[in-house]
Amino acid sequence: MGAVAKKPYIMPPLSVYAEVAARLRVDNVSLRYRSPKGETFTALDRVSFEVPDQQFAVIVGPSGCGKSSLLYLTAGLNEPTEGYIYVGGQKVDGPGADRGMVFQGYTLFPWLTVRQNIEFGLKRRGLPQDEIRTIVEFYLGEVGLAKFAEHHPKQLSGGMMQRVAIARALANDPQILLMDEPFGALDSQTRLQMQQLLLQVWGNSKKTVVFVTHDIDEAILLADRIYVMGARPGRIKEVLDVQLERPRSLDVVMGPEFISMKRHILGLLHDDMAEVH
Amino acid sequence: MATQKSWLQRCLTPKVELPGKLMLGASSLCWLLVIGLWAGLSYGGVVPSMFLPTPGDVLAAGARLAGDGTLSKHVLASLEVVLIGFLVSSLVSVPLGLLMGSFRIVQAFLEPLVNFIRYLPVTSFVPLFILWIGIGLEQRVAVIIFGVFFQQLVMVADASRGISKDLINASYTLGAKRCDVVLHVLGPASLPGILDTLRVTMGWAWTYLVVAELVAASSGLGYISLKAMRGFQVDVIFLAIAIIGLLGLITDQLFRLLRLRIAAWAQ
Repeated sequence: MGAVAKKPYIMPPLSVYAEVAARLRVDNVSLRYRSPKGETFTALDRVSFEVPDQQFAVIVGPSGCGKSSLLYLTAGLNEPTEGYIYVGGQKVDGPGADRGMVFQGYTLFPWLTVRQNIEFGLKRRGLPQDEIRTIVEFYLGEVGLAKFAEHHPKQLSGGMMQRVAIARALANDPQILLMDEPFGALDSQTRLQMQQLLLQVWGNSKKTVVFVTHDIDEAILLADRIYVMGARPGRIKEVLDVQLERPRSLDVVMGPEFISMKRHILGLLHDDMAEVH
Repeated sequence: MATQKSWLQRCLTPKVELPGKLMLGASSLCWLLVIGLWAGLSYGGVVPSMFLPTPGDVLAAGARLAGDGTLSKHVLASLEVVLIGFLVSSLVSVPLGLLMGSFRIVQAFLEPLVNFIRYLPVTSFVPLFILWIGIGLEQRVAVIIFGVFFQQLVMVADASRGISKDLINASYTLGAKRCDVVLHVLGPASLPGILDTLRVTMGWAWTYLVVAELVAASSGLGYISLKAMRGFQVDVIFLAIAIIGLLGLITDQLFRLLRLRIAAWAQ
């Protein structure tokens, strides 16, 4: 199996991160469902990890490993059965604008223009109109959609809609940006463009990002650190630091470092499937 | 010849768009066939004029009634009943339907009863309404409200229940509170569904109007049809039916334009 040794992931002592503040701390989180038949299904089993401030964390795993559930729990859209999640030292208790989220499906408000979509969170906070305007203009520029400000979502392509969704989440200046397979529905060309755009926007904003995907190439291209999850029950199998230099162009996917990392992650996911079948 | 063949093929292929002229031609043809059949049967003497008036008779009756002012009086009387009944019903059913679609507790509370009432034939309540309210305007308005309200409630609730949970989740992560979700997400997102509901139920309101006016009224289009039946004035009955159809068509088009105007974002 590749150059990297395979080992079960054990959470390092907190002192390892003492010098960098953890933006996200997932502490012994379990999520269990009871099916209508009365069987208990464990979506997440005692998951613990931390994401340092300003990091780009990517969670990869097979479908059904609970990677999206983890994001929904962090967003406060669902409650863990056990354990706690802390964002910026605050315990997560319900959803809030401090945790922006970009969803896999298109979730722009179709009755609002691009501009009004980005304004949505700012208006809820009751910011003054001129401040809202400045923020919206900035993020329209960041995602390259200044010309489309007055368009409605139905006039946009899938990639453009996800760009608005990113701008909309960032406009709130959240502590952390949660991304649930945001490029999953896009064609591969658009996907590559979106990855580059996201890296650029992230480089400017230096937000902490937690990005969920099942695409290993995407994970390695984007991540500072990859959390590989296994299914049934959902758990973190291994954490890998990606040492590739930034800014990363598309060329890195040809490099030997990239390939060996990909091989290693594929191996981990393959083992997981072998355990199931 | 090639174009003709391909036209025929396009006409016979499901869901293929056709040129506007051809569509208009087909629509006109249908009307011409119906009116032609009617003219043939009546002018040709196939059906006695006591049962089927000629198109000319109906137009003449229209001119006669319009001339002495009875027509506008009865049209306005009918419009008044439909609009009051429809407005009162909609003003309550739209907000209540939104709540029913958004809050499971409201749904659990109302739905079983509403679904029970929804299937009761409105006509069976007309005697009861006459007994309770009399035979005035209120009674006819009550019939319309009763006929339309429960259907509107269920349809509006369905429209708001059909809104994707993702949209609501997205608004929460943007800092929306629960009341924001109802006012700024569920409300506007349900708008196209609400307008469709209003458009469809407006047609039903016209149907119940005639039911109410046939049974107990002293004015309105249903009333003049009933009176015409007693006097064997079949041309007036035809006129009343045609006018109701026309008024229904106009209100329907108004709702269509309204939807295009205020909910253009929903294709």
